[in-house]
Amino acid sequence: MAEYRLEKDAMGRLVYVSREGTRLEGVNPVRAFPLTSPDAGIALVSREGHELEWIDSIEAIDEANRALIVECLIQREFLPQIIRIEGITGPSVPNIWRVATDRGATSFRLKSEDDIRRIGRSTVIIAGEGGVNFLIRNISDLDRQSRKLLARFLS
Amino acid sequence: MHTSSSVQIDALLEPNEKLLASLETNLDEALRFSSHFLFLTDRRLFSTRDGKEWRNLEGLDLAREEHGGVGRIELKSDVLIETWRYTMDRDADAQRLVKRFSGWFEEEEDGAIEKEIPVSSLTLFRLSRFAKPYRVALFSGFMLTLASTASSMVAPYLSMPLMDKVLIPFQNGIPIDRTRVAFYLSGLFLSALAAWGLGWARTYLLARVSERMGADLRVETFRHLQTLSLEYFGAKRTGDLIARIGSETDRINVFLSLHLLDFATDLLMMLMTAAILFSINPWLALVTLLPLPFIAWMIHYVRDKLKHGFEQADRVWSEITNVLADTIPGIRVVKAFAQEAREVERFAAANAHNLEVNDRVNRVWSLFGPSVTLLTEIGLLVVWIFGIKEISDKTITVGMLTAFLAYITRFYTRLDSMSRIVSVTQKAAAGAKRIFDILDHVSSVPESANPVPVGRLKGEISIRDVAFRYGSRRILRGIDLDISPGEMVGLVGHSGSGKSTLVNLICRFFDAAEGQILVDGKDIRSLSLAEYRSNIGLVLQEPFLFFGTIAENIAYGKPGATRKEIVEAARAAHAHEFILRLPLGYDSLVGERGQSLSGGERQRISIARALLIDPRILILDEATSSVDTETELEIQGALENLVKGRTTIAIAHRLSTLGMADRLVVMDHGKIVEIGSHDQLIAREGAYYRLYQAQAKQLDGEENG
Repeated sequence: MAEYRLEKDAMGRLVYVSREGTRLEGVNPVRAFPLTSPDAGIALVSREGHELEWIDSIEAIDEANRALIVECLIQREFLPQIIRIEGITGPSVPNIWRVATDRGATSFRLKSEDDIRRIGRSTVIIAGEGGVNFLIRNISDLDRQSRKLLARFLS
Repeated sequence: MHTSSSVQIDALLEPNEKLLASLETNLDEALRFSSHFLFLTDRRLFSTRDGKEWRNLEGLDLAREEHGGVGRIELKSDVLIETWRYTMDRDADAQRLVKRFSGWFEEEEDGAIEKEIPVSSLTLFRLSRFAKPYRVALFSGFMLTLASTASSMVAPYLSMPLMDKVLIPFQNGIPIDRTRVAFYLSGLFLSALAAWGLGWARTYLLARVSERMGADLRVETFRHLQTLSLEYFGAKRTGDLIARIGSETDRINVFLSLHLLDFATDLLMMLMTAAILFSINPWLALVTLLPLPFIAWMIHYVRDKLKHGFEQADRVWSEITNVLADTIPGIRVVKAFAQEAREVERFAAANAHNLEVNDRVNRVWSLFGPSVTLLTEIGLLVVWIFGIKEISDKTITVGMLTAFLAYITRFYTRLDSMSRIVSVTQKAAAGAKRIFDILDHVSSVPESANPVPVGRLKGEISIRDVAFRYGSRRILRGIDLDISPGEMVGLVGHSGSGKSTLVNLICRFFDAAEGQILVDGKDIRSLSLAEYRSNIGLVLQEPFLFFGTIAENIAYGKPGATRKEIVEAARAAHAHEFILRLPLGYDSLVGERGQSLSGGERQRISIARALLIDPRILILDEATSSVDTETELEIQGALENLVKGRTTIAIAHRLSTLGMADRLVVMDHGKIVEIGSHDQLIAREGAYYRLYQAQAKQLDGEENG
């Protein structure tokens, strides 16, 4: 079904080759629902922000393009998932959270309890002061200690 | 004089005619005193001055004015028909007359008078409706209360033989009987154990039930609130409604689970104690219980004193929350005008008012507790005196007196806490009344008794001779308009010309006072309200986004929508690309506390919301008025997609945005004055032409400036 083609140029940028053969450099894959369904709904977006292609599901892309898209997504998306909360300094905000994530251990400053937001029943997203969003996909996957720490700030 | 005039009136009325209002129009044209009357009955308006009467009040308006101590009532349609004059001491009558004349709102305005009637604790009985589902649990709770109270009565009773048969004989040289002591002491222990277990079970059970009743009450109130018409919300302040549903229900809840429960236990204890005391020694019992009527009287007295105070304190409390609800959302305006200090002052003033009211209440209240304690001490003293005398007369034993004192001390300490029931009952009753104020309010756009199922409408709208008043203000009159399916009509006119009201009538946020609105040939009042509204898409000037993700906001009108549908709607609304630019795409949180979006972006999300439910009738109420011209162009594309194939009614201030409209309807002072296309109306050089000229001039000015 894919009449378009993706390539990678010498600068490592993704190049989109349309059905008509026009080339566009620096396109980006963007997930439309990064939290609720990351693999369904991916848009190829030009550098100017215009949608070039809509991909219903990551499964629907043919082999060659998929590898490029997945690679690009890995490099572009930065949404560390919290695996464990090691400790929180201080009883109230602002405070420092030490966490273990799927991208390694780190710490961030939480400015306000409002920056912890529930999405759906079990997903939580925490916005650190530095602008990085930390994801907890499922609260019940955390260990007891982490859940206890989180519960103090989660409404 | 009044009696004579009422005799006169009866003579003037026709059989079965009902007098609604009357006014002595006691001044003539030259402002000389003269006694004439103006009557409004259920059939006519008539004046004794020259015997004139008006039977058909259609299109007539009664207005009241005052100038220099002289009141004037004018009857007019398009022209002035009659004038009557009166002195200002008759003004209350005049206002009533005007109100009754213009009025189908008067029933609701009675609510203001109702407020003054003090709240009776009987209001609380109305809560029984919420207790019904929990009958079984409540009954077992009551039995548990009975049992636990009874077991707590055992201890003082056992102290009697302990004293008389063990301790006093021991003092007189008789050795202690160990088995007997063991028997009494284990009795004491077992009764304490039983009281503990039963008390735990009872408190848990009843607290559970009352928590559930509170939740039911809250949900029911909110559900009812959601069915009320916009008119109700227009007249209420947000803070007040929030306080009612939030804290009042909680207060009632605490009352039920804590205070009422304690009170019932205390009452049971008193009855049991009294029974036991009388069985031991009727005379001593009588003396012991003597102070009780005094205390009961005092409770009653203070209850009366405090009643109004607590209600007032309540009102003042919502005054405080109102200031908060006003200031926090309006903080930008406050800051822009540098009025922080003034808002603080306003808040402080509300608090000062609160203090003042509470001080007044507390003055009486603070006296109450100590007085009860004093009476208690005096009561104990009386028992001592009488008891010692009886012992010396050998009519009672020392054990009996100790048992009496033990019982009575408990009894009186409970009396002290029972007295607290006065205030909490009052507060809970006041809370219950405020809840029932909401629950008793009947929606002014009632669902028809046999709602016609709607299904999918074609979208043909006919408005037949529709009139609407708000209070005594006439907002719409004689509106006739037919809109065919798929047509787009632009409503044009000065603000206050009735455009928004007309649209509100079509949405059935209000009901027309006269005439009817037909959709696909059916009166909208006969249609199922929810199904009818699901055929209507509404895009407002200030799009409201709820706290949640963008996807949830787009799917607000259709919660089961698939992701694909959501994306398609967003794409058609030209919102897809900017959503993709957000870090979390469709999962980004918006609304209060969420990601901030520009006005144009929010508007496009609300357009996507309307697109997703695929309505047959579309209302655009100043959809592009609060954005700049550039953003308007962005939205315009989205709107074109939305309007396609739907019956659309668009209100716009900016005439240029109505380019897509098939017809323009020009309104002025609640009437339709012109209908036609832009070109036709320009050619006619009428009201529309003038509006257009004025705007063109303004635009020119802006460009040149």
